[in-house]
Amino acid sequence: MYVAVKGGERAIDNAHAWLAEDRRGDTTVAELSVPQIREQLALAVNRVMAEGSLYDPDLAALAIKQARGDLIEAVFLIRAYRTTLPRFGTSIPVDTARMRVDRRISATFKDLPGGQILGPTFDYTHRLLDFKLAAEGAPLAPTPQAAPDMAPVPHVTALLDRDELIEATPDTGEAPPDLTRQPLELPANRALRLQALARADEGFILSLAYSTQRGYGRTHAFVGELRIGAVAVELEIPELGFAITIGEMTLTECETVNQFKGSRTEPPQFTRGYGLVLGQCERKSIAMSLVDRALRWKELGEDFTGAPAQDEEFVLSHADNVQATGFLEHIKLPHYVDFQAELELVRRLRAEALAQTQPSPRAAAE
Amino acid sequence: MSIMDRQNWMGLLARARPADLAALLPDLPQSQWLRPPEVGAVMVQGRTGGSGAPFHLGEITVTRCSLQLTCGTVGHAHVQGRDRDHAHRAALVDALMQTGAAADLQARILAPLARIETDARAARAGRAQATKVDFFTLVRGEDA
Repeated sequence: MYVAVKGGERAIDNAHAWLAEDRRGDTTVAELSVPQIREQLALAVNRVMAEGSLYDPDLAALAIKQARGDLIEAVFLIRAYRTTLPRFGTSIPVDTARMRVDRRISATFKDLPGGQILGPTFDYTHRLLDFKLAAEGAPLAPTPQAAPDMAPVPHVTALLDRDELIEATPDTGEAPPDLTRQPLELPANRALRLQALARADEGFILSLAYSTQRGYGRTHAFVGELRIGAVAVELEIPELGFAITIGEMTLTECETVNQFKGSRTEPPQFTRGYGLVLGQCERKSIAMSLVDRALRWKELGEDFTGAPAQDEEFVLSHADNVQATGFLEHIKLPHYVDFQAELELVRRLRAEALAQTQPSPRAAAE
Repeated sequence: MSIMDRQNWMGLLARARPADLAALLPDLPQSQWLRPPEVGAVMVQGRTGGSGAPFHLGEITVTRCSLQLTCGTVGHAHVQGRDRDHAHRAALVDALMQTGAAADLQARILAPLARIETDARAARAGRAQATKVDFFTLVRGEDA
């Protein structure tokens, strides 16, 4: 028998009212605006866009405000919102070789065309708390500027590719599957894995990538190149019959150069891992490229060592934080009937077990 | 008008900040909606390894609309974000650029927008260049 129980409506309404009050916090402190979050908590905004899989800084900032800074909750809000949007089409693949780079570094070549451009990075900061930031309104010194160089910066792997020192990544012309349209099916091809990784939880991907560095599916990765900057988004417009730029987005791209392989027929060659993430998400893109490379073991004829980062089913089934948090957090919701059944069962089993170990009083008397 | 000209101005209008476009085109000429502004998403693709097979990276919000001027000229817009006024103005300029007003609009709206964009890009690229590393090699012990 299924028993429906109603109630708690008043408690829920009051809980939500209190949530709104707590979200606002101390009213003697100025309220945070959405543009303030967008501009001053930009990396949180970028993370919510990447994992929410929707590029819209204003919406991500709003979600962060609504979620009181709980970024997974904010990602959930963005994912829910995006399901309400009609899909106008699919862009022409973005050309990251034409990215206008804010940052571009290589750990493999010191001197390379375009140079090492640090950009606005935390690297080389001392990681000491800056109490000057606690004082409001401190004027900023002007940022130094040099003569701009608007020429496109070539990809580092293109330099290796020229001499066939690294595996080629030909465009097979195969139409990529879309996780947002068809449920995940395994085995997945690389395009599907990259889509899943691009929207995956940063913490999960970071830990998996770290595990490969520590030996669980080691791939000897060098960061061939890391670049952050703006690319144009182009869309074919059917009623016009040609493509137009509909906007620009900031992306973070990481290409790793990994351990080489060779065979009797092919001379040794470096292999590649790839990371591409919406927004400025450097840690995530590096981690993504390491996990992408680890997942390619079969295609590259490597051994499966049982490492979690090599296990496609493990990685892809657990990488999405909205799915994970949904299933995890649902166990706190009422399970009264399920539990009642378990309780009954345990009571009965205990009674049976006790009856066997303790002979009945009549048996003892006989 | 070539297709490339139209691609250029439609792209410039889509990339422009809505506030900049609104400041340059405060009054909206009469037009009739063929498709009123609608907010949706476009799935953006990347390429494996930057140049290989495409994959789905994530979506971007886009607002589109189509309109017709009283003279019958049709204008379209697809602009990033959820700003309906931005799409409306972009479609108006797209239509007007196909009329006799093109030269005036080019000077009054498109040229200033292009200048704003060029300046902003140069300012960013200048900051990036200032963070470019100049390596120098220290004299090593055995060379001294």
